[in-house]
Amino acid sequence: MTQIADQILVFVLLLNFVVLGSSRLAVSVRIVAIQGIALGLLPAILHHFSVHLSFISFGMVAVKGFIIPLLLTRAVNRLTSKRESDPFVGHIPTLVVGGICTALSFAFAGRLPLAPEHQGLMIVPAAISTLLAGLLVIVTRRKAVSQVIGYLLLENGIFIFGQLLTTAMPFMVEAGVLLDLLVGIFVMGIIIGHIRAEFSSVDTSRLTTLRDV
Amino acid sequence: MIAALVILPLLGAIIAWLVPDNRLRPWLLPVFGMLHGAITVDLILSPPLPSLQGWIHLDPLGCLALVAISPLFLACSFYAVGYLNYRQERSNRILCMGLLVCLSAMSLTSVAHHLGLLWLALETTTLVMAPLVYFNRNARSLEATWKYMMICSVGIALALLGLFFLAYSMLVAGHEATLLLDQLVSRAGVLSPAWLHAAFVFILVGFGTKVGLAPLHTWKPDAYGEAPGIVGALLSGGLVTCGVLGLMRIYQVCIAAGDTTFYRDALVGLGLLSTILAAVFLVRQADFKRMLAYSSVEHVGVIAIGLGIGKGAIFFTLLHLLANSLTKGVLFLTAGNIHRSYNSKRCDVVHGVLRRLPWTGSLFLAGFFAGTASPPFGMFLSEFGIIAGSFAAGRPVVTTILVVSFAAAYLGMAANVLPMALGERLRESERTLYRDSFLTVAPPLLLTLILLLMGLCFPLPLARLVHNAAFLLGGE
Repeated sequence: MTQIADQILVFVLLLNFVVLGSSRLAVSVRIVAIQGIALGLLPAILHHFSVHLSFISFGMVAVKGFIIPLLLTRAVNRLTSKRESDPFVGHIPTLVVGGICTALSFAFAGRLPLAPEHQGLMIVPAAISTLLAGLLVIVTRRKAVSQVIGYLLLENGIFIFGQLLTTAMPFMVEAGVLLDLLVGIFVMGIIIGHIRAEFSSVDTSRLTTLRDV
Repeated sequence: MIAALVILPLLGAIIAWLVPDNRLRPWLLPVFGMLHGAITVDLILSPPLPSLQGWIHLDPLGCLALVAISPLFLACSFYAVGYLNYRQERSNRILCMGLLVCLSAMSLTSVAHHLGLLWLALETTTLVMAPLVYFNRNARSLEATWKYMMICSVGIALALLGLFFLAYSMLVAGHEATLLLDQLVSRAGVLSPAWLHAAFVFILVGFGTKVGLAPLHTWKPDAYGEAPGIVGALLSGGLVTCGVLGLMRIYQVCIAAGDTTFYRDALVGLGLLSTILAAVFLVRQADFKRMLAYSSVEHVGVIAIGLGIGKGAIFFTLLHLLANSLTKGVLFLTAGNIHRSYNSKRCDVVHGVLRRLPWTGSLFLAGFFAGTASPPFGMFLSEFGIIAGSFAAGRPVVTTILVVSFAAAYLGMAANVLPMALGERLRESERTLYRDSFLTVAPPLLLTLILLLMGLCFPLPLARLVHNAAFLLGGE
């Protein structure tokens, strides 16, 4: 079973790079949705069947695979420019940095001891590199939608790590985490709508009035 | 009783949603603020036993957080009635609902003894504040809201990962993974050190973003500057208290695990950076609300340093947390009045506040002295204690930097505040409808009196509470 899980994690890592290299917002939204669905399958593969886990899987697939992508696609469709055409850092350098971050997270994860039942799993490096990819997207992109996509990647990274604990985490907390994510994205979506109305674009580099010299 | 503390404000939020009248609705805030205050007093006098398998437990630290939050909210709630009277042009439904939900989440943070639950409550306070920062609905507040939302969401997500690391360190040690504080503290000795270190770093960054420790404070001046005064007061008093409480919970686990050098140094390092950076940016700050934000960065830094020094400084750090909450209330509420009256928050436009608004002006000035730790206010006691504690702990360099940055911050703030308060009234300055009224002056006045009381004759029961809380954090 761990082999299938590892293959899913490799797939997830590859998707990170697709997001890092893509300039089309609609593509990025879909990739993150696919990543969410792939991750939703993880609990079912890694652990024995239980009602609690199937709820988590179901919630994950529903929220990250469908509800949030739907919200974001609607936001993208209303935009005049549907591309991240001029990011702060170009796509190729971002990909290179993303590669370095992935290598570093494997090195970092190698230093942390694992519980016996988790030996040989890629969960820790996959989690940290997905998290770093998310941070990278947030800091290198201008468009508000792109930054939300980065935030989703980051959340996915945290979810991957959560797999080591799924049996231990109480249901209430996990459900709460998903709910908070949903509300957070919802609020961000509303703010994006206001940004578009106010500045007639969602380019966050225009948000520079407030600063200290 | 604890359930009422959390559920009552939520009930209030629902009522606020249902009430159609824009003038009547703000009155819900003081009603629920007083109820909350009454319950808080009752709970502190007779603390209940842990409930829900140890998930909910009001310990002295939680009591202290409630003591910091409840009076601040009560003051803000009365102020809100007066303030919203001047803002009848827009609906205050979301503001009232948001404040009440925030009160509920802050109470939950104080009583949560399961770190996952604590995280949820903290995240809720972050989310619910976003629409309130955007109350003024202009381009500037939109920018502030976006930065606030993005940076704090990322920060709090990192803290969640840190909490997962913490739970996993338990699993690696061969125990069942848990985030129940009491179990973590009692078994801290066996936790895997590598994971505990990683957890601490992530949580420090995460909650550090939330409370605005430098260099993670960048959202703070924008959000504090653009939000209405009352929201600024709750952000810098209430939410900071909750965030610091989150840090203290992790700190409890770390000191129980032994070998605390790494944790202490990290806290002292970030704290020093915050105080230095705040002192630099306090000088020649053109916008008085942003100036208050940097003052908040400074105080959060002082709290981090106090925690890092430990031992004798812990008692005063907790005192500082309490004083910070109330002081920020005075400053932001009066700053809101000044903003209303001058229709500007630029220091070069605002002059002669003492003549134009005698009450607000003198309270703002008092708030300035209280916030820069001048005697006889409460903060003088706490900062003095922290400095003495750091001397006693054999950290002369830290002490020196601390004293120098205090002095710089004092001078920097004085250079802005004194001309604002004293100066001559500018002839061309705009005339607005705002006049000092009972509801906008009495709340900050009351908070100032409490701060004076803290500095002059510290009430004994409160001292005992702070002492008990300090004991939980390894203080003497």
